[in-house]
Amino acid sequence: MADDLEREQSGAAEEVSVEQQLARTDEPAAAEQARVDADEADAPPTREQAEGESRPLDDAEQELLARLERELGDGIVESADAFGMLVVRVKPDAWRRAAEVSKHELECDYLSFIAGIDWQPAPREGDEAGGDTSSPVQPTEMTFGVAGSAGRMQVFAHVESTKRHWGVTLKTDVDERDPHAESWVATYPGADWHERECWEMFGVAFDGHPSLRHLYLPSEFEGHPLRKDYPLLARIVKPWPGLVDVEGMPGEEGNGASAAAPAADAAQDAPADADKESS
Amino acid sequence: MSVDFAVDRQAWRHLADAQVNVELDTGDMILNLGPQHPATHGTLRLVVRLDGERVISADPVIGYMHRGYEKLTEFRTYPQVTTLINRIDWLSSFANEVPFMHGAELLMGIEAPPRAQYIRTILTELSRIATFMLFLGEMGLQVGALTPPFYGFRDREHVLNMIEAATGGRFHPNFNRIGGLKDDLPWGWVNECRNTMKVVLDACNMLEELVAENEIFEARTRSIGIIPPEVGTGYGVSGSNLRASGVDWDLRRDGKPYLVYPELDFKVWTHPDGDSFSRYWVRLQETREAARMVVQMLDRIPSGPIMAKVPRIIKVPEGEVWVETENPLGQMAYYVISKGATGPFRVKIRSASFSNVSILPWLLRGVYVPDVITVLASLYFILGDIDR
Amino acid sequence: MWLALDVGWGTILAIKTIVVLAIIPLGAIILGYTFLLKMMAHMQSRLGPMDPGGFHGWFQLFGDGIKFIQKEDVMPAKADRRIFAIAPAVVVISTFLVFLVLPTGPDLVVSNLDVGVFYALAVSSLAVVGVLMAGWASANKFALLGALRAGAQLIAYELPLLLAVVGVVVMAGTMSLQGIVKAQQTGSIFGWDGIGLPYVFPQIIGFVLFLVAAQAELTQTPFDMPVAESELVAGYMVEYTGFRFLFFFIGEFGTAFAFAGLAATLFLGGWAVPHITDTGWENVLGPIVLLTKVMLVAFLMFWVRFTYPRLREDQLQAVAWKFLIPIGLANILITGALKVAF
Repeated sequence: MADDLEREQSGAAEEVSVEQQLARTDEPAAAEQARVDADEADAPPTREQAEGESRPLDDAEQELLARLERELGDGIVESADAFGMLVVRVKPDAWRRAAEVSKHELECDYLSFIAGIDWQPAPREGDEAGGDTSSPVQPTEMTFGVAGSAGRMQVFAHVESTKRHWGVTLKTDVDERDPHAESWVATYPGADWHERECWEMFGVAFDGHPSLRHLYLPSEFEGHPLRKDYPLLARIVKPWPGLVDVEGMPGEEGNGASAAAPAADAAQDAPADADKESS
Repeated sequence: MSVDFAVDRQAWRHLADAQVNVELDTGDMILNLGPQHPATHGTLRLVVRLDGERVISADPVIGYMHRGYEKLTEFRTYPQVTTLINRIDWLSSFANEVPFMHGAELLMGIEAPPRAQYIRTILTELSRIATFMLFLGEMGLQVGALTPPFYGFRDREHVLNMIEAATGGRFHPNFNRIGGLKDDLPWGWVNECRNTMKVVLDACNMLEELVAENEIFEARTRSIGIIPPEVGTGYGVSGSNLRASGVDWDLRRDGKPYLVYPELDFKVWTHPDGDSFSRYWVRLQETREAARMVVQMLDRIPSGPIMAKVPRIIKVPEGEVWVETENPLGQMAYYVISKGATGPFRVKIRSASFSNVSILPWLLRGVYVPDVITVLASLYFILGDIDR
Repeated sequence: MWLALDVGWGTILAIKTIVVLAIIPLGAIILGYTFLLKMMAHMQSRLGPMDPGGFHGWFQLFGDGIKFIQKEDVMPAKADRRIFAIAPAVVVISTFLVFLVLPTGPDLVVSNLDVGVFYALAVSSLAVVGVLMAGWASANKFALLGALRAGAQLIAYELPLLLAVVGVVVMAGTMSLQGIVKAQQTGSIFGWDGIGLPYVFPQIIGFVLFLVAAQAELTQTPFDMPVAESELVAGYMVEYTGFRFLFFFIGEFGTAFAFAGLAATLFLGGWAVPHITDTGWENVLGPIVLLTKVMLVAFLMFWVRFTYPRLREDQLQAVAWKFLIPIGLANILITGALKVAF
């Protein structure tokens, strides 16, 4: 039932965007339209023809999907194609089984990666005028991508076959209040590090993993950085615009730090190169 | 003569038993290789537990160079992301941008013109040659020969000069744009590049004679660090490392078509052994193959524009795309999720060295300390690629 | 021509000792500059130092010496202070002791021992003790690994060194270095005495064996596991800085000079040139001739050093025990048999 609702919702979203696109392609000079659109942050841009989600599956993808359906049955929630790649969303309790099926029935012996997605749009601080204007503006409502999603967080993985030269992306939903998923370590030994990284970045615990400990971050680190509600610390430390503590030349008025931004004092201890990427 | 022992007679038997049953517990030594160490190619820390000179267990500690690229990409526009990802694998930086550009162009429905595709492929192969020349010399250094790295660097300069002449930058050219390239090639570049490829082929021959055919080098690398193909694929090892274990899989030929590789005629080199020597040998052959591919492409560059029509402000439509390419270090891939804004919503960067290094705990059990160095050198990882 | 001074033997001994003490760093600098800095650089298609001193950077090593002397004396907190301090001195002392018997002229030898060869080889193995002391006292696991490897290696390669020399001793009939030089000067090859009889010709196997073993004694590639740069980052010397490291450096290159000198004396004819005897100028010509021969031998040693990768420790031991020692023994057998027969 819930699945039908989601399919309806994502289908509805799809319909709207396709309609909008069809409407837009009637107008001339799509390039100029794009320039005009730059001010309207939430308007989706035009595209020559509708590609991506609505593309039909090719032979290899159909074969893969058939084998998956045979083995997983109703473990599969949804499937779609994204630019020639099959994306299949499975139920959380079929995640480990999906790995075994991939390795044996799909002949996908190569693990590419396992990672997480957080679909929640990043909260924006401040308004447009005085806030952070350096970052791109993302849409504010939560939409899901190919093959949909049940909630905010997902875990996805990609496996390939070195012999059959095909691959599949598997997605599964993760409960936001109690994020955990089954571990793939028994099937693909390389999942060890990927799952450690996914845990430390998103907070998704993996059942059956030998030792979930930090991979990149120091062991005392608190929080899960890749979640959307975790802010980019460089922006906190040195708020935009970046020229907060410019010293005047000797002889000019104001030899000390300019009092432009209130956070100048806090920013003085910041590492000097925290804002280099923004320029 | 009777001696009065204070020890209970029964205890003697226990002591005798003890000598027979208990092994000499000499204790293990924990050695920290890195994060500052000449052999670890950067800030990789390898905590090995040694029994004498044999490794009992090895635990790589990474993250000293973690720059949070995946988080940063969520706050950057697409052209800004290019500058970031240039620096993932900094030795072949042009090659890092290619999959991302391809993904963005797929999402936008734009195709770069053929001339731009050819030049992109040439520059990608040049970066492959540049990074492999460094490897060929530097693996000799890790094994102890002091001279090969200088020869490798010297001949790599020619390739870097070519990249600089075309793009303006030796290491981080930042030359790709969504839809094509920034500039066209300078006058005379094609001929100069042909000469450089001759130099590269000579250098490969010379390095083969100096390093690969050296008996001591063979004694140090043969049968060291053997990766069986099933274990390799399970861990996600890719690129030359996997081909050196006999797996005939090259994304330029077998993956989704990208750049101009479908039109080129090239051989994919594999080696059945899977040891450190075969990884060296495969990269040597791939360097030669790359030089030959560049010469092929130089003969066939079409004329035409180098940039497709793209809007001034790049907004990529909503969608998800997965693009994987055969980078010098292995399979590099980007999973780009776009919500229609000027910047991506989520980019998952799949870098090759991350998986190549994840096999180290399995691979290093039971080898000697010098072999640890040999294995690290032969896997050829870049820290920026591991840590992103 | 001889100085008509009547000085006691004590003064002469003092003068000779001071001269030898001066020669060790000087020899180290000459070898180091020519081969380590310049020859290695040119072989690697670079230039080496060019600025210090103006002409091709000849002042570089002197400058390095001054730099080392004025550095802070850093000692690890957990190091064994006395042993840490003495270890470099032990290495240099063993080098000094070898120089005591090396003749550079008919009268220019500090001590013309009758068992010169035996003494020289025995005393050169004192360096092992210094290396082990350095590695242990440094309180550093890398240093310890390096020192243990060095201990095993240096002891293992003493034997081929000795066996290589026994052939020479059998041919010369004496263990005194002056006697061996004389024997080469006055010998003849199948009756032709144009160039005397440098033992490199009949004892070519011994010569090669000696060079290989000397390479290992000096912990130079392909036998430099104890100092493996890319693994142990200078091995047993890793905790040493400043003046103490300078001692190790001088010890390493001074010993190279000493071993090259021994090789030149035992196999190439030493300070002597055939048919130039009793001219009165041998005491001036001798050192020059010896220096030339030393540079030749050192050229070979350093050339091999910059070319080959290094052998792993167990492969190194296998080479010594399973390969070099049987060859040495065979060499002695053949030499003895031929000496008795002819």
